[in-house]
This record gives sequence, C-alpha cells and structure tokens, in this order.
Amino acid sequence: MNGLAAATTDALELLIAGDAKLFGIVGLSLEVSLSAVFLACVLGLPLGAAIAVGRFPGRRSVIVALNALMGLPPVVVGLLVYLMLSRAGPLGSMGLLFTPTAMIFAQTILVVPIVAALSRQVVEDAWQEFHEQLRSLGVTRMGASITLLWDLRFSLLTIVLAGFGRAAAEVGAVMIVGGNIDGVTRVMTTTIALETSKGDLPLALALGIVLVAVVLALNAGAYVIKEAAERRYG
Amino acid sequence: MCGWLLTISLLLSSAQAQQRFITVASTTSTEQSGLFGHILPAFQKKTAIQVRVVALGTGQAFDLARRGDADVVFVHARGLEEKFVAEGHGVKRIPVMYNDFVLIGPQTDPARIGRQRDAAAALKAIESAQAAFVSRGDRSGTHTAELALWAQAGIDIAKQKGAWYRDTGQGMGPALNTASSMDAYILADRGTWLSFKNRGALAILVQGDQRLFNQYGVILVNPVRQPHVKQADAQAFIDWLVADDGQNAIGSFKINGEALFTPNATQAGA
Amino acid sequence: MMDAPSLLPLQLRDVVFVAGHRRIIDGITVEFAAGTRTLMVGPNGAGKSVLLRLCHGLLTPSSGRVAWNSTPATKAPGTPRRQAMVFQRPVMLRRSALANIVYALQAAGYPRAEHLDRAHAALQRVGLVSVARHSARVLSGGEQQRLALARAWAIEPEVLFLDEPTANLDPGATHEIEAVIEAMHQAGTKIIMVTHNLGQAHRMGDEILFIHRGRIAECSPAERFFKHPATSEAAEFINGELPW
Repeated sequence: MNGLAAATTDALELLIAGDAKLFGIVGLSLEVSLSAVFLACVLGLPLGAAIAVGRFPGRRSVIVALNALMGLPPVVVGLLVYLMLSRAGPLGSMGLLFTPTAMIFAQTILVVPIVAALSRQVVEDAWQEFHEQLRSLGVTRMGASITLLWDLRFSLLTIVLAGFGRAAAEVGAVMIVGGNIDGVTRVMTTTIALETSKGDLPLALALGIVLVAVVLALNAGAYVIKEAAERRYG
Repeated sequence: MCGWLLTISLLLSSAQAQQRFITVASTTSTEQSGLFGHILPAFQKKTAIQVRVVALGTGQAFDLARRGDADVVFVHARGLEEKFVAEGHGVKRIPVMYNDFVLIGPQTDPARIGRQRDAAAALKAIESAQAAFVSRGDRSGTHTAELALWAQAGIDIAKQKGAWYRDTGQGMGPALNTASSMDAYILADRGTWLSFKNRGALAILVQGDQRLFNQYGVILVNPVRQPHVKQADAQAFIDWLVADDGQNAIGSFKINGEALFTPNATQAGA
Repeated sequence: MMDAPSLLPLQLRDVVFVAGHRRIIDGITVEFAAGTRTLMVGPNGAGKSVLLRLCHGLLTPSSGRVAWNSTPATKAPGTPRRQAMVFQRPVMLRRSALANIVYALQAAGYPRAEHLDRAHAALQRVGLVSVARHSARVLSGGEQQRLALARAWAIEPEVLFLDEPTANLDPGATHEIEAVIEAMHQAGTKIIMVTHNLGQAHRMGDEILFIHRGRIAECSPAERFFKHPATSEAAEFINGELPW
C-alpha cells in the first residue's frame, strides 16, 4: 500500500520538522484527553468499586446500564453537552461552549462508564478473593473498596489506558462542543477530519499516524511501569 | 455540577482567560479554502481581538447564532440571511465578497453536459442521463444554491431524484471526496474546489453562469436578543472586513495565483 | 485492653444456618470458654467451616443466637477488634509484609502511633523480621501463612479462629505454624481451630468438637475423644471410616 508508506514518511517528517502548530495540536489533544481521563477516574473508579462491593436493590440493572453506556456514541454525548453549554441551554451563562473545558467535560462523560464498568469487574473479582479476610479484619465495605482500588492499581492502569484510548480517538464529541477552532479547540482528531474534508488524504493519514504514535508511546510507558511493579509486588 | 464545571474551567482556562475574542459562525467553504487563515492574523494584529471561527453549513451556522453561541455570522445564502435579520436574530446583513459556484464532474462527462455556460441546462442533462450526482444535502449555502438551480432547470428534485442522486448530508470537502471516489457530478464553491487536493478524475465542467454567483454576507447577532454578544468587538471585525484593510486582505488571498474571492462590500445591492 | 470486660465465653444457642434448602448448621448450642484450645473435626461437609464463620461473625445465623459473654454478637464492642481469623489460604494485600500488619492494626482501631512498634513485634514473634519490607505476595506459602498469623497476633485478639491453616503446607511449614499457634495460646489467646488432620488435633487440642451433619456429635477433652469416643460416628471417623 503506497499511500500508507508515503503517509508514514510524511508523519515522520512532520514530527522531525518540529512544526510548532502540530505540537500545539498534539499538546491540546493530550491536555484535553488526559484531563478527561483523570476526572473520569476520580468519578469512575470509586463508582465502580462501590458497585463491586455494594449490595443494593437494582444493582444488576445498574451494572447492565453501565456496561451499555460504554457504547455511548460520542456524537450523542457531544450533542447533549452542546445543548447544556449552549447560551440557550441550562449552563449557557458560563460561556464554556467552544472551549477546551467543554471538550474535557464531554470526553469525561464518554470515559466514566468505561472506567466504572471495567473497574467494577476487576474489583468484584478481587472482592471474591478478599472479602472474608477484609471483613474479618473489621474493614467496612467503603474501606474495602478503597483498599481494593489501591491493591489493584496496576490492573486498573490498563482500564485507565482503555479510557484514554477512547478519549483520544473520538472526534464526534469534541467536534461539536469544541467547534474545531484553529489554535483554540483544534485537536488531533478534528484536524484529521478537517484535512480529510480538504481532500488532503496523505496529510490526514500522516496526522493519524502521529496520533497512533502518541497513544502507543503512552501505552508502552504504562506497560513498562506495570510489568516492573508486578514483578516487585506480585 | 455547575460548581464542578466552574472549577475545572477555572483550572484550565487560565491561559485563555486574558484573550479577547469573538466567535464567528461561518461556513465550511470559507474555513476549508484557507481564507480565514489568510486574513485573520492581520485583524488580530491590529485590534488584539482573536476571531474564533466555527465552520458549519450555513443552516447550522444560523442555528448556532439563534441559540446565542456566536457573535457574528459570516455565510453565503442571501435569502436565509435576510430572513435571519427580518426575524430579529441579526442586526443587519452586510455584503462582503463573492466567488462563484462551479459544476464539477468526471472528465469523461457521461451526461454530456459539455463545457457550456448554462448551469440549469447542464443539470437537466444530468437528470435525463441519470448520471451520478452528489448533493451536500445539509442545508448549507451551497445546498441552497443547488436546490435553486434544480428549480430553475424545471426539475422538482425532491420528487424526481432517483438512485443517481446521492444526498450525503456532509460538508463541502467530504462531499467532494464522495464525488471523487464515485466519479459523480457535484456543485461546489470555487474556493473549496481550488484548495481541494483529492480530485481524482474530476474537473470543472460548467462555470461563468450568472446563476452560479455566490455572494457572502456578514451579520452581527442581535445583542438585544442575545445580551452576551460582544457587540463592540464583533462590530470592529465587521467594520474591518468591509473597510479597505479587510477588502484588500480578501482580494490578496490566492491559490496557485488564482484569487478565490472578490471583495465587493462597496458594490450596491450585492 | 486488660481493663475491658472479657469477650469470652462465646455462646451459641440453637444456631441454625440454611443455604438454599440445606440446613448446613442444624441447631448448635455450645459455649467456648477462655484459655483452652478447641479443635473442630468432622467429615467433609459436616459444617465445620460454616460454624467457624458463624462464630467469627462472617456469617449471620438463619436462626438462633451468637453472643459474646451474654452480649449479642451484633452489639459486642468492636473497637479495638479483639478477635481474628486465619484462613486456609492466606490473603495478602499488594504491599510489604509490614504494611499488611499495619493495615490490620489500623482496621482494628489501634492508635496510629502504636502501629509500627506492634507490627515489628508481631513479625519478630513469627520470625519474619528479615522480610518485613518484602512484598507480601511474593513470599512463600508458609511465610505468607506465618505473616497471616502475625497479622492476627498484632491486634492481640482474645480469640483466634483458624480454618485449616496448614492444609496447603508441607510438614516443615506446618510445624512452624503449629509452633506460632502454640505461642499465641501460651500468651493467653483462646484458640478455635478447624482441622482435617487428626494428628494435628491430637497434638494441639485441649478439647475436641466433633461436628457431624451440622450438629455437635461430641464435645470432650482430646485425650478422652481419641481413646474412648462416646459416639459410634466419632469412632468411625477416628478409624478413617467416614468420608473426610
């Protein structure tokens, strides 16, 4: 496939040339998606752990709903957030539409179900192993969920990466709530969409390769940390 | 949730907080042709006002402005623009520049529309040959112009369209990509076409018809309806666009030596 | 701790535990007094482990009452925790051996200032000081079980429950575990332990509780139980004729 080879060369040239504009776009992508993943973890990990160790009516429905929400279409989230943040919407007065904050907000909504649903599964599996011991020590369910989150931190890293992958790869939500404004809300995926629109397919593909490279580098780093930690902590 | 949003926005917007800016709802044709990239730096340098362009179809751009999410609308669909002002959403429509639409198709020209000037006759030929035609189908200015052309050709496209007529619901670029990959006819604005790279076997077949004239206008969103509209800064942008500085900047935007837009703010009745 | 009223004796009255349609514990009334080592034996599925968990509070009886020194178990003073349990498979958190003990002390409600000293002392008692900083989950099975005992001992429980603590261990490790349990007993902790190993029951038991089909078939001093079992089931069990 000639196009791909050429695009890979272009991607390397883009990176080597150190184009400030490209780095600005990559930087904003990382800022938005990492912030969204951070917020999604702050909300999603405790939520997942609480559902894992909790016993309450409707628990199964909550799990099914959470699993289903993992497939939430980014465009729908984008639209909902747009309607909320639009001047005519309930939070319009905050003037957040077409800002990176709006993009973070939308991506957070996309990632929370992934983090919560997957961490629920991981914590629940561990809870099977730990719950008698923890209850024997007199630990409450609340305490147990915090303990397990910390104990499973290296397994949860994979979930965080899955969430980041989802955030960094989506274009539908950030396009709508960010507006793809040059220099303000233009990120990797919306740039790729724009270059595709302009018919500059090689540049779009090259940018796609840059995006994959960035995600790959983050994953590789996380993998090395996880491996080292698992050797050390068992 | 409001508080939470406010907190993260404060955390993150520190860099942008000082920036004076206005939001302009415009069309994909202006953004994707590269016009804004060419003219906006001069305005920002002069006034320190950043212009944030959200590029949409003309119809969506109006929707955005109606919801109060833009300070200025910069589009190309005169009828819709006048309606927008008449309904009180906009203060006044001011003409800025024009370019023209071109009828594009495969060089093999299966519908034999030839290299003629009559755009309506060409559409008629496409319809009778049932040759593949890609429509924006997204309520954009170009879509509006296309529908008007069908009507002038005496064809009720809503009723007479068949499998040959592809309603894509996409922006100019994606629609051109579609036309390029299926060797279809398409109506495009010249600016986007000139900066479009994935042409394949497509070429301009019909141009120069008076009916292909494409006028752009700019409108300040009514600050009475939308109190948060940055009236002074937005008006400064509009004034600059139609004054010599802006008009010269628009006229000097060229791709391969060809000017994409012709400034005509001073022309009466544009 | 000494001023607090004693937890013991632990009293069970007409305790029944039903899972599905099976009465796993079918009406048990018994009293565990301080000081002695009580070993529970019985064939597979007799209900020993369930009884142990009912005593420790991990399970709630379907009917009947569990009380600590006449106080219902649900109302017994919880802080600091004065009972502990060691399981067949030690469950350790992904942190150092020392940190695992500190975690238990914190959960039991000991003041923070005492954590490190108590944890070190506990490791000392089971001979694991040299691995204090090692991750608990990379220790050998025998070391992990000793660490589990240290974790239990650190909170100085009045009662220690053990559910077949040596079932997965080789004879050498089993011997070390038995020595630690003996030392805890000497230090005054009440031992209530389930075992499959009759030799172990013989070596360690002051009194034997023979459980059969969810009931106490026999409760007698170890010496008498092994020499002159009172019931035919116990005799069959000792002779290895009941399925273990």
